[in-house]
Amino acid sequence: MIPLEHVIGLSAILFTIGTLGALTRRNLIVILMSIELMLNAVNLAFVGFAWAWSDLGGHIMVLMVITAAAAEVAVGLGIVIAMFRNRDSVNVEDVSLLKW
Amino acid sequence: MPWDVLAKTLFIVIVAVAMFAPVVTWVERKQSAVMQDRIGANRADLFGIRVLGLLHPAADVLKLITKEDVVPEGASRVMHMVAPIIAAVAAIISFAVIPYGAEYRFGDSVVNLVAADIDWGLLYIFAVGSIAAYGTVIAGWASNNNWSLLGSLRASAQMISYEVTLGLSVVGIFMVFGTLRLTDMAFAQDATFRLLGFLEAFGWWDPLPAWLGWIRLPTWGILLQPLGFVMFLTAIMAENKRPPFDIPEGESEIVAGYHTEYSGMRFGLFYMAEFIEVIVIAGLVATIFLGGWSIPWLPQATLIGAVTPVFGSGFANLVCMVAHVLTFLMKVVVMIWLQMAVRWTLPRFRYDQVMDLCWKILLPLSLANVFVTGTILLLIRGLG
Amino acid sequence: MSFDAVLFYLFGALAVGSALAMVLNLRNTVAAAMSLVVTMVALGGIYVLLQAHLVAVIQIMVYGGAIVVLFIFVVMLLNLRSDSFPPGRIRALKLLGSAVGIGALVRFLGALGAHLPEARALPEGFGGYRHMGRALFTDYVLPFEMTSLLLLAAIVGAVILAKRRIGP
Repeated sequence: MIPLEHVIGLSAILFTIGTLGALTRRNLIVILMSIELMLNAVNLAFVGFAWAWSDLGGHIMVLMVITAAAAEVAVGLGIVIAMFRNRDSVNVEDVSLLKW
Repeated sequence: MPWDVLAKTLFIVIVAVAMFAPVVTWVERKQSAVMQDRIGANRADLFGIRVLGLLHPAADVLKLITKEDVVPEGASRVMHMVAPIIAAVAAIISFAVIPYGAEYRFGDSVVNLVAADIDWGLLYIFAVGSIAAYGTVIAGWASNNNWSLLGSLRASAQMISYEVTLGLSVVGIFMVFGTLRLTDMAFAQDATFRLLGFLEAFGWWDPLPAWLGWIRLPTWGILLQPLGFVMFLTAIMAENKRPPFDIPEGESEIVAGYHTEYSGMRFGLFYMAEFIEVIVIAGLVATIFLGGWSIPWLPQATLIGAVTPVFGSGFANLVCMVAHVLTFLMKVVVMIWLQMAVRWTLPRFRYDQVMDLCWKILLPLSLANVFVTGTILLLIRGLG
Repeated sequence: MSFDAVLFYLFGALAVGSALAMVLNLRNTVAAAMSLVVTMVALGGIYVLLQAHLVAVIQIMVYGGAIVVLFIFVVMLLNLRSDSFPPGRIRALKLLGSAVGIGALVRFLGALGAHLPEARALPEGFGGYRHMGRALFTDYVLPFEMTSLLLLAAIVGAVILAKRRIGP
């Protein structure tokens, strides 16, 4: 038997790694990939609780999250391509005109 | 330690990978030669004995092993090595769910001739096929070569497009057989059905002549879903970049496409992966559409029941097992022949024609197939 | 320790290792994407261990086989070279942020010792495609239909964003 605390702990560790990646990296594509990692960590938590409490709603939620992540990646990469076309760079520090 | 799984895995690796794949390379050379009215490769010999060119695969392997392993300058060494490994591994592990025999009882033990009887077996094949795309994608990029990059961009777009059609074209089969487990699909094709028997559900069976009831066809997937068969074969040949969909390899246009910069055993892995995929395609189509291991008009129960009174139950099961495995291998051979025939007949498609075929022709057709199949099943089985 | 638990820790370590490799990778974006694929596949393995079979297969097919391929596609299309990222300026802020993040993680892991509700037995075929299909078309049909609208919006958005401007 796998203890539920360990599943949630793994989910928390992956979520933290994803957050740190999204906050500290400057390559826009790596930031998007870190966001995907955060979504995966949340999926793991959903699946873990669905397994522990025998509730299929967790799995349905995971399917919705995967679909939303696919849609978000498609649009996000469209933004990356548009940004690259205008500024010839995917470094987020080059699009910081709204910063103080 | 699950010894039976280990034994079945070894059987698959030895028969399919080590025996069938080199023979398929020989078949490719000889069948193309016969179709093109020439002799083909027949010079490789062992102490002066040439076996119709059957030693050429061995000569190929020796040549590839002894060649120099070149990694181009400026390329990523790790990625360059990983790409052929992904392609070859993904091709080989597809064999895990293909059943090459039914269940047999030997005394108390039951032997199930499939390495992994997964409930969602066909989805496993699709998942492995999605991972196989990475071999191609990384190979082109890791070579630091413009033409390789072009080839792998085209390849990745082609492979992920055809994955969609691949899944949709067998939804009709899922609905008809009601399962995703490949062993259950093979079992379901072990029966026969009356021609035009579906009219009984509408009450129109009685006016038909009586001799029509004697015509029984095996419930093979190709007879229940002919359009699904054609679409699945097209989609899986395009997914595995078999000619006429071999734009990524190019062969005469972009040097050798995404494996231009690969030599020696790295190229050998790509080469082997392609021919193992030919066998996987043959095995899959045989299982889903051609009845797998089942002998047409001779169900397993009838065969075992016929042999048991004479020789006993254990021997009857053994005879049945051998007969079924031979039938399966024969169907695989027929499908390999068909793929080779298609390869050497049709010219290569242009890239926009390949994409048009996927999105504008196969996708609407597969959705229409799902709709029509669903309607017919609903009418036959009633709304209960 | 049962075989399931051993496999879980193995896949968990693999997932964490490749996640770290993805985030800390400084030069090669394609290598970062491949590490993300390893994470996805490891998580797919964990889902199979947790009896979530359909979710595991969809994770590998959609996440590992399509989403990350799209990432790699864009990286190859834009032909990103590794030397276009000069080192960051504000080092101290990064270190402070990482410390706060790791502190939050440690605090959360400490709080996990609290009592979680009891586990229940799983019915036969839980997480398989039959139960999921029935649930998707009866109890959860509204979210199912909404995702098709979401995907339509995403397709239209992506096409418009990536289109070249046809101007005078």
